[in-house]
Amino acid sequence: MKPFVTVTGLAAPLDRVNVDTDAIIPKQFLKRIERTGFGQFLFYEWRFTPEGEPIESFVLNQPRYKDATILLARNNFGCGSSREHAPWALLDYGFRVIIAPSFADIFYNNCFKNGILPIKLAEEQVDELFNRSRAEEGYALTVDLQAQTISDSSGLSYSFEVDEYRRYCLLNGLDDIGLTLVHEDKIAAYEAAHNK
Amino acid sequence: MAPRTIIEKIWEQHEIHAEPGKPSLLYIDLHLVHEVTSPQAFEGLRLAGRKVRRPDLTFATMDHNVPTTDRFQVKDPISKQQMETLTANCAEFGIPLADLNSPDQGIVHVIGPELGLTHPGKTIVCGDSHTSTHGAFGALAFGIGTSEVEHVLATQCLQQHKPKTMEVRVKGDLPFGVGAKDLILAIIAKFGTAFATGYVVEYTGEAIRKLTMEERMTVCNMSIEAGARAGLIAPDETTFAYLKGRRYVPQGEDFLAAVEKWKQLCTDPGATYDAYVEIDASTIAPQVTWGTSPGMGTDITGRVPEPASFASPAERKAAEDALAYMGLTPGTPMSEIKIDRVFIGSCTNGRIEDLRKAASVAKGRKVAAHVNAIVVPGSQAVKHLAEQEGLDQIFREAGFEWRESGCSMCLAMNPDILQSGERCASTSNRNFEGRQGRGGRTHLVSPEMAAAAAIAGHFVDVREWKADATKEVFQ
Ligand code: SF4
Repeated sequence: MKPFVTVTGLAAPLDRVNVDTDAIIPKQFLKRIERTGFGQFLFYEWRFTPEGEPIESFVLNQPRYKDATILLARNNFGCGSSREHAPWALLDYGFRVIIAPSFADIFYNNCFKNGILPIKLAEEQVDELFNRSRAEEGYALTVDLQAQTISDSSGLSYSFEVDEYRRYCLLNGLDDIGLTLVHEDKIAAYEAAHNK
Repeated sequence: MAPRTIIEKIWEQHEIHAEPGKPSLLYIDLHLVHEVTSPQAFEGLRLAGRKVRRPDLTFATMDHNVPTTDRFQVKDPISKQQMETLTANCAEFGIPLADLNSPDQGIVHVIGPELGLTHPGKTIVCGDSHTSTHGAFGALAFGIGTSEVEHVLATQCLQQHKPKTMEVRVKGDLPFGVGAKDLILAIIAKFGTAFATGYVVEYTGEAIRKLTMEERMTVCNMSIEAGARAGLIAPDETTFAYLKGRRYVPQGEDFLAAVEKWKQLCTDPGATYDAYVEIDASTIAPQVTWGTSPGMGTDITGRVPEPASFASPAERKAAEDALAYMGLTPGTPMSEIKIDRVFIGSCTNGRIEDLRKAASVAKGRKVAAHVNAIVVPGSQAVKHLAEQEGLDQIFREAGFEWRESGCSMCLAMNPDILQSGERCASTSNRNFEGRQGRGGRTHLVSPEMAAAAAIAGHFVDVREWKADATKEVFQ
């Protein structure tokens, strides 16, 4: 997993509550055998008409939000099934940070497992970010996980909370496998002792 | 040392690292892999530049997607791709694979025990919930998700919280004509599909001790349908006799030494479980499910229940929905429910003893004209043995189709599927809506009950046939 220290990038405002994993990645795209390549199907039914034409009004299709790496979202983002394809799709599309007032539980966990930082902020703070990202074309944020702050170039700065253990894992790029491999000596010793 | 359950003993032998507030690190002795839940795990390894730590403790086969008529004609491109991907991944990472050409191919939970890969005391995982089957040997065996498959491939370990333990004691003897499938269906019907959620179950009691290994596998297989994380049975002479001489079991002196070790795997007198239930085997009759959850079952002598007979509004609603989906009228005797299709197979009931039992009922009889019945051996080895014993002939003469090994009609992932509205007597383990095909209606039964239903064209009490083989109770 890629370590996450600071990310500076364009913020895109997705103004909907209760965005579920089925909307993030519709189930007809789950039959793939890879975990990459899901980005093209992200928010598919919002991004494209049934004929496959881009829907221009959808936020991610607007040229000014092209190459966004930070997603601004509303309450209960990521509800629905536990499919890991949802964070896979967001990451593959290019998002490293999602900022919302609240997240669905399993999705929130799955983000950390896949190198995405989900940040919970107060509703007014999220509103303020939505307003700024709409008012100013090219509006960018800097997310510093070490300092636990979000800032922009005109002096806004919010601090955020994150579980200490998860922060440690993200900063060091340790996924569950990486964490287990910290105990490599113990695994090897066990194998030697048990003749495995 | 304080008395411990077999579950705690196996856990402690494999716990490599523990810290308060965090999951433990558990060493995995055997990782079984199949084509459906593994592709993204291998992809993850590649993306991270990782290797498979212990290809020698990993074993792969293909089962879910395999067509059971002409197995080399895979028409669905996704099925084909999944199987080809498994072949390529196993080659790249050096994992042994029983593919379609191999005499070892079969349903992953049938071939593990058959090849002797499954041993008492092992920790066994697979990206498949019915991994609990292997618990029949006194192994701690459970299903895992795709991220965990990747984790085990990379580290041969799993992060796990210590499970709670439950004893399910089966007292008394199973009556004549009642088998392991009836026992586990009756347990789930009695206690519900969630009674064991969060627990690892140990099955104990006289009735369990008298079961053969294949019957024990049927019981442990469906632990998942009771909500359990895993189910197991302490090993005994029956277990050792089954394992002796199998390919991946220690041989000669080493086998005797292994048996001595395995004998330690029992629950110490005085050890306590976190929960306990019991059932009297002598009260159990052949079972048939009537609904869309494995717990919605009753005796063959019973009737389709009235939704109003359920205590809670939620249960009433569930029963109403299930009966609507199943197209059943409350009050109908179970023995009057007509069927269209019969499926004998799956990791629950696709082993040689299951086929022998079904054949004993089918012998000299004919499948009803309106019924399509298939017999799908759980593995190539089961298929060949059955053919040596002439079981295929018995089935064919009775009008059953004799197929190649695979998961087949247990789930609708290959060409064997129910059409909407078709009603099936099935020896598999799940009767969920759409499990055997969209709109398909599944009734879970034992192999003997399935064979008898094929012949009668409706459910029948197979005890009557067994009691008096000459009595013509069918048309
Ligand atoms: S036979 Fe059915 S339950 Fe068993 S592994 Fe195959 S699909 Fe799963």
